[in-house]
Amino acid sequence: MTRRTPLNEAHRKLGARMVDFVGWDMPVQYSSVIGEHEAVRTSVGLFDVSHMGEVEFRGPGALEAANRLISNDLARCADGQAIYAGLLNEQGAFVDDVVAYRFSPERIFICVNSSNREKDFAWMSEHAQGVKPVDRSDDFAQIAVQGPKAPGLVQRLTKADLSKVGTYRFTEGEVAGVKCIISRTGYTGEDGFELYCAPNDAEKLWNALLQEGQADGVKPCGLGARDSLRTEMKYALYGNDIDDTHTALEAGLGWIVKLDKAGGFIGKEALEKQKAAGLKRKLVGFELTGSGVPRHGYPVLKDGQRVGEVTSGTMGPSVKKPIGMAYVPTELAAEGSTFDVEIRGRPVSAQVVKTPFWKKP
Amino acid sequence: MSDIPNDLKYTNDHEWARQQGNLVVVGVTSHAQEALGDVVYVELPKVGATITAGKQFGVIESTKAVSELFAPISGKVVKINDALTAKPDTVNSDPYGAGWIIEVEPSDSKQLDGLLSPAAYADLLKKS
Repeated sequence: MTRRTPLNEAHRKLGARMVDFVGWDMPVQYSSVIGEHEAVRTSVGLFDVSHMGEVEFRGPGALEAANRLISNDLARCADGQAIYAGLLNEQGAFVDDVVAYRFSPERIFICVNSSNREKDFAWMSEHAQGVKPVDRSDDFAQIAVQGPKAPGLVQRLTKADLSKVGTYRFTEGEVAGVKCIISRTGYTGEDGFELYCAPNDAEKLWNALLQEGQADGVKPCGLGARDSLRTEMKYALYGNDIDDTHTALEAGLGWIVKLDKAGGFIGKEALEKQKAAGLKRKLVGFELTGSGVPRHGYPVLKDGQRVGEVTSGTMGPSVKKPIGMAYVPTELAAEGSTFDVEIRGRPVSAQVVKTPFWKKP
Repeated sequence: MSDIPNDLKYTNDHEWARQQGNLVVVGVTSHAQEALGDVVYVELPKVGATITAGKQFGVIESTKAVSELFAPISGKVVKINDALTAKPDTVNSDPYGAGWIIEVEPSDSKQLDGLLSPAAYADLLKKS
């Protein structure tokens, strides 16, 4: 059965091209992937991300219960702060990557990937100690407003003072008369907000943002632009760049792993061992120096031997180069290292480069 | 409805072919470029390569997808549109003009007769 977000009709009215995305009927583009990508880099774009899941821990011990499940440390956050984290298995690899919101030590709200909603909730329910999680996925729609003009746009629609809401901070308030969690987070590398609201209010909020954003040149954006934007930032996508066989350290996400945090977390021992032993492979960002476009699943070759695999790749609309990510042996992971990507049976040269690929000029 | 020029022949795979003297120019239709989305890369055959009707002769890539290009006719490639290397999106902006892909010397000049007429191609799109 294909699932639909509360904005499905709105997308169709806007002429979106719809595709199946992990069981969801989602817009891949409205007009042009590159045009939508550019709107987010230079102005503002709207994304329906209502397919994402939400899980909540509430009551005394909520923070401790949630913190044991994730690799980052909620104890180091202030109330009103969010963190990116790994939901890891015992091997230190990903059940999922999540954003955890600390409303208070007694209320922790976790946003999870749509593809992993059921799996994550089952995992958390099984492993949570003390406080049990509640699946809130059906209680929320989510709209991402991203781009340099996003803060101005959202500010015009709310009384909340957004100048006080820094990066990875959030507040609650009304936007266009709709009660929201207003979170200064995103998946594009641009400033902006992710707005969580009740499903019944989603269309009202979406239309208000489109209407008010007209002067900014706001564009509704599909999954195509979402993917090219995040790839230019080397943000990992679950199922592509991270999964349950590659560890958080191999994925280059050591910064979300707090091995020294009080109470520990699932996966800690494996990661300590791996850190001590040294990594055998790493996720790198590369540019094709030959011609072609790297894609998920293409083999990485060194001297004709298969040594790794491309996890994500695209022709970067802003960087205007063919870029990608790949797991490669550690000895090929340093900036400037070269290898080949096999494209349709032909080796095409590639070089490891500094990431993010995209930096504001 | 997509733009379907009257002076061209078409394939089931959404390529077009235009008789130009003894040669045939080949590209993809407006419907094809629309379905592909933003074209970011075109892999062209070499000049002098032999192509076979119905067989792959190149690759066209959009932001999200990789698609094969199929030869409408058999023959020898005499010219390729090098401009597509720097500006592949010309396929989107001008699929029947500057976005042409290859020029072919047909092995048999009657081959075009076997391709779809504009009306037959329009029917194909209606059914799809």
